[in-house]
Amino acid sequence: MTKTKRKRLIYNLITFSVVIAAYLILQHMIDAKTITRSLKGQLVPICAWIVMAVSLNLVIGFSGELSLGHAGFMSVGAYTGAVVSGWLLNAFQMENTVLRLVLAIVAGGILAGIAGVVIGIPVLRLRGDYLAIVTLAFGEIIRNLVNVLYIGTSEGHLNFSFLHKNLPESAVILVDGAKGAVKIKPISTFTVGFVLILITLIIVLNLVNSRAGRAIQATRDNRIAAESMGVSVTKYKMMAFVTAAVLAGMAGALYGLNSSTVVPTQFTFNQSINVLVFVVLGGLGNVLGSVISAAFLTVLPEVLREFADYRMLVYAIVLILVMIFTNNPAIRSLVNRLISPVKALLRGRQPSALQGGDKA
Amino acid sequence: MKKIIALALAFMMIWSVCTAVAEDVITLKIAHIGPTTGAAALYGLATLHGAEIAVQEINEAGGKYRIELINEDDEHNVEKVINAYNAALDAGAQMILGTTTSKPCEAAGALGYTDRVFFLTPSASSTAVIEDKDNVFQICFTDPNQGRASAQYIADHQLGTKIAVIYNNADVYSTGIRDTFVEEAAAKNLEIVSESTFTDETTDFTVQVADAQNAGAEIVFLPMYYTPASMILKTAADKAYAPIFFGVDGMDGILSVEGFDTSLAEGVMLLTPFVATSKDEKVVSFVNKYQAAYNEIPIQFAADAYDGIYILVQAAEKAGITSDMSPEEACDLLIAAIQEITVDGITGSMTWDESGAVTKTPLAATIVNGEYVFED
Repeated sequence: MTKTKRKRLIYNLITFSVVIAAYLILQHMIDAKTITRSLKGQLVPICAWIVMAVSLNLVIGFSGELSLGHAGFMSVGAYTGAVVSGWLLNAFQMENTVLRLVLAIVAGGILAGIAGVVIGIPVLRLRGDYLAIVTLAFGEIIRNLVNVLYIGTSEGHLNFSFLHKNLPESAVILVDGAKGAVKIKPISTFTVGFVLILITLIIVLNLVNSRAGRAIQATRDNRIAAESMGVSVTKYKMMAFVTAAVLAGMAGALYGLNSSTVVPTQFTFNQSINVLVFVVLGGLGNVLGSVISAAFLTVLPEVLREFADYRMLVYAIVLILVMIFTNNPAIRSLVNRLISPVKALLRGRQPSALQGGDKA
Repeated sequence: MKKIIALALAFMMIWSVCTAVAEDVITLKIAHIGPTTGAAALYGLATLHGAEIAVQEINEAGGKYRIELINEDDEHNVEKVINAYNAALDAGAQMILGTTTSKPCEAAGALGYTDRVFFLTPSASSTAVIEDKDNVFQICFTDPNQGRASAQYIADHQLGTKIAVIYNNADVYSTGIRDTFVEEAAAKNLEIVSESTFTDETTDFTVQVADAQNAGAEIVFLPMYYTPASMILKTAADKAYAPIFFGVDGMDGILSVEGFDTSLAEGVMLLTPFVATSKDEKVVSFVNKYQAAYNEIPIQFAADAYDGIYILVQAAEKAGITSDMSPEEACDLLIAAIQEITVDGITGSMTWDESGAVTKTPLAATIVNGEYVFED
C-alpha cells in the first residue's frame, strides 16, 4: 500500500512540476520578450484545451464512458462567461478584469455543471456505444439551441429571447443568435489559465485517488462486480461526468473570453473529437499525458505553418506516427530500459528523489 | 576566426547593396489572411489569387513600389485566425489585406485595434467587422446595405409586391442581409408572404421552394452564396415554378458552378459591384490574366482583393509609408490616408469615411442567355 502511495505521490509531483516549470519558462520568455507573437497568442487556448483534455480523461479514462459531447459543455461555459463578463461590465461598471474573469469562469463552471446534471441523468442510464451517440446528440442540441439564442443587457437586467430577436431597443447585445457572442472584451490571461490548470489537476488527481475515485474506476473495470460490492454505479459515474462538465465549462469561459467573439460553429462535434484525440494520444487515464498531448497538438498545426496548405496532411501523418510509436511494444520496452536506472535511483534514495521531482 | 570575419564582411556587403537598392524602391509587406483550406477555401483562394494578380502587375510594372505578399491560412475559424494574424506579424507584415470572411475578421480586427494594425478586408461584409474599430476598412458593401438596396430596387422598379425570402439562418451574411431587407420591404409596402430557412448542411430545398410557391410569391429573394442558390433554382424548375429570383453579390459565380444547367439561371437578377463578363477594359484585362493563371473565371471576392492591393498601394503612397515602418507606425497614417483617396477599381469607384464602410454604387444585372446584362 505504501509503495503504491509513494508511486502515486511521485507521479503527481512530476505532473505538477512539469506544468509549473512550463509556466515559469514561458512567463520568463514573455518578460524577456523572446517569445514569438504566434506562440504568445496560443497560450490561453492551450490552457483551455489542457483543461478540456484532462476533464474528458476523467470521463473516458477513469469512468470508462465514451462521451462525444464535451464541446457542448465548453460552449455553455464560453457563452456564460461572455454574458456574465459583459453584464458585469455594462450593469455594474466592474472594471477589474481579473475579478470579472474569475466570476465569469465560476459562472461558466456552474452552468455547465447544471447542464451536465440534466444531460447526465438520462445519458448515464445507457452504456457503451449508446451513451456515446446520445452524448454526441446532446452536444449538437446545445449548439443548435445556442444558435437561436439572443441575450442583451439593459438597465442592469439581462434580457433573453429565443428563436426571434426580441430585445429592448436600449439593450446592449451580448449574444446574437447565429452571430454568436459578440463584442466580448478579451480579458483572459495566461496566468489565470495556468491557475485553472492547477485547480483542474488538484481536483482530478485528488478525485481519482480518493475513495470515490476508486469506486469510479471499479465501475469502469467491472460494472457488475462493483454493483455487487454495493457501489452505486450511477452515482459515481454521475460524479465523474458532472465534475468533467464543470471543468469543461470553466475552460470554455477562459477560451471564450480570450477572443472578441464566440460562434456556435466552433463547438461542433468535430471539436469534441479533437479533445478525444488529445485524450487518446496522451493515454487513457494518464493525466500528465493529456496535458502534454493537448499542448503539443494545439501548437503542432502552427509549427507546421510553413507547409502551407499541406500542413493538415502533415499533422495527420504526425498523429498516426505518434500513435503507432507510443503503442509499439519494442519502442516501449526501449523507453522502459532507458528510464529504469532513473526509477531505480528514485526507489533507492527516497527523500532526495522527492526533492529532485520538485525541482524538475 | 578569420572565416567568421570574412563571413561577417560578406554579409555587410550584401546588406549595404540591398539597402542601396531599397533607397529608391519601397517594399510594402502585405499579409493576405483568408481560408485557403477547409470549407470556405473557395473564398480564401479567390481573394488570394486576386491579390496575387495585382501584386504581379505592380511588381512587373516596376514603379516606386514593390509588394511582398505574405499568405496565412485562417481556416475560417475564429481561433485559428488569431494564430494566422500573429504569424503574419511575426513574418514582418506592415498591413493586412483581410480577412476574407466575416467572423474571423471580427476577431482579428478587434485584436488589430488594440495592437494598432491596419486591416483592409476585401469581402468580410458584416457590420460587426467595422463596428467600434477605427483600423478596419471594407471593400465590399456591408450586409445591411445590400438588403436595403435590394428592397429599394424591387420597390422602385415595381418588380412585384409578394415576396418570399429563403435564407441561411446559421450564416451571418445571409441573416444580416435578410434582416434589413425585411425591414426595408415593410417600409416600401412590399409584402413578405413566405419566409423559410436552411442551414449549411441543407441539400434539399423542396420544402422552402414549395412554401414560396404555395404562398404565391412573385419574387423570391435569395440572400446567400451561389451554391445553395443553384440548388434552389433546380428545385424550382422541377416544380415548374418561375418567379423572379433576386440575389445579392454572393450569387455572382452561379454561372460557373460545375454541373449546373445555366439555363436555369435565366432571368435571375442580382445586385453586384463586379461582373466578370463586363466589357470594361480593366475588368477584361484582369479576367484574362486570372483565367490564364488559375484556369477559372474570377468571382467577386477575387476582384475585391485585386482592388484591395491597389487601394493599399494608393493609401500607402498618400500616407508616405516606407519599407522599414512597423505596423503600429503605419496604422494611423493609413487610416488617415484611406479617407482622403478615391480609388477607381474594377469593382467601381470607391471612397471611405471614418466608419470603415465603403461608398460605391451597386449594379443590378439580369442573366440573359447565360450572360449578365446591366439595367440602369
